[in-house]
Amino acid sequence: MIEVIAPGPLATVQDLGRPGYAELGVGRSGAADLLSHRLGNRLVGNAEHAATVEVTFGGLRIRVRADLLIAVTGAPAPVFVQSVQYGGNAPLRVPAGVELRLGTPQAGLRSYLAVRGGIACEPVLGSRSTDLLSGLGPAPLRAGDTLAVGEDSDAAPIVDVAPVPGYQDEPVLRIRPGPRRDWFTPEAWAMLLDSPYTVTPDGNRIGVRLSGPPLGRAVQAELPSEPLVLGAIQVPANGQPLVFLADHPVTGGYPVIGVVCRADVGRAAQLRPGQRVRFAASPDAGR
Amino acid sequence: MGIDRYGTAARGVLAYGEEALLVEFADVAAVMSLRASLRHEPVRGVEEVVPAARTLLLRLAPDADIDRITEQLRSRELAAYEPEIGAVVEIPVTYDGADLTDVAELTGLSTAAIVDAHTDSELSVAFCGFAPGFGYLVGLPESLHVPRRSEPRTKVPAGAVGLAGEFTGVYPRESPGGWQLIGRTDVTLWDADRDPPALLRPGTRVRFRQT
Repeated sequence: MIEVIAPGPLATVQDLGRPGYAELGVGRSGAADLLSHRLGNRLVGNAEHAATVEVTFGGLRIRVRADLLIAVTGAPAPVFVQSVQYGGNAPLRVPAGVELRLGTPQAGLRSYLAVRGGIACEPVLGSRSTDLLSGLGPAPLRAGDTLAVGEDSDAAPIVDVAPVPGYQDEPVLRIRPGPRRDWFTPEAWAMLLDSPYTVTPDGNRIGVRLSGPPLGRAVQAELPSEPLVLGAIQVPANGQPLVFLADHPVTGGYPVIGVVCRADVGRAAQLRPGQRVRFAASPDAGR
Repeated sequence: MGIDRYGTAARGVLAYGEEALLVEFADVAAVMSLRASLRHEPVRGVEEVVPAARTLLLRLAPDADIDRITEQLRSRELAAYEPEIGAVVEIPVTYDGADLTDVAELTGLSTAAIVDAHTDSELSVAFCGFAPGFGYLVGLPESLHVPRRSEPRTKVPAGAVGLAGEFTGVYPRESPGGWQLIGRTDVTLWDADRDPPALLRPGTRVRFRQT
């Protein structure tokens, strides 16, 4: 058992989400940075579908009630056990009764706390993920919550520390054209590729809002709602793009100019407010 | 109608990032027809089909042959949409919605005539979205096509029955919403613990009944 002393700004239980329900109006949800979630599970010897805790901007404090093997991945937050500091991306034994705390990450936004066995709350439609848009899955963690530890582990972990690429100050996300690229002026696509955009403070697990040169429309018609995908770059009426993350709606009523490549969506989920980001056309996407 | 009901020339197949295609039509009936066709004769490499108002998303397997699938979608002949065979979900409604008089004004119909037209309609779920279990129902007579409210409500109660454009539907839970509300039902549209969780899914036939 794990007792939550403080969740920090936002902490949710996440796994690989609930794919396959989009036609019922239910999005996939799941860990916003899937690579980091999976790495955490690997480091503690879990199956990759085991649930982890997605910690937004550090601040999580827990007390473990039994000896536990944990790993912290994603945004590099210092890990404190009692007052001793440890690094991330490595398995760590935490004895029963002690307090574990995540400091503020030096870079990135979302850290993943994986525990051997996985977090064992009740699944909804086959997933333990909190979907902040649809309200499915467990509520965000609150002080005083207790989390059971499950049995989603495989063989004993064999990795001591995992090398991970560092976080860039101004990351470049690869994109491909979306279905409505031709609803924008020819300059808009070039603008999206040439100009840095700044992450605004009002992003969440649904999407990252950006601010920069507005993307002009060539077609002014209203778009009947159409399906969205993870990483879709939607452009509302103000011309400021928004990159959809794990809890994105199933459909949307604004045109999608491009789509962030699957391999880069996790990096989009690690963008911090105020940070700048650039887009590059994926090699075969053309300009 | 003939087999070429939805001319293949009037159809767009649009690239949607690395792993999806979007097929675009002129009306929602064609979307429903392609969805039904893909259920009967699936295309290899298509993992998930998500319909919407004028478009259908096809989520592709990582190793799918996009050119082949695009060509198959462009050339597939579609028959006129036939409602699915099977039970009709009956939804009892109390017609006392807050926008009933506005709808009467917009349509020129009496409230009794609105109720008659709504309960006489043989409806089908075209697609779901907005919230889990929210089905966009088509099959209304044109006399009931009304615009959304100019000012959306911040709070629409669960079970509210509304009209918007060519669609009618029921709010599965309390949420913001811009549809014109004509009534309410006690039916549970969504229950994650029920199997299936959604009362309505694309293709489900629906009939409203006045309580």
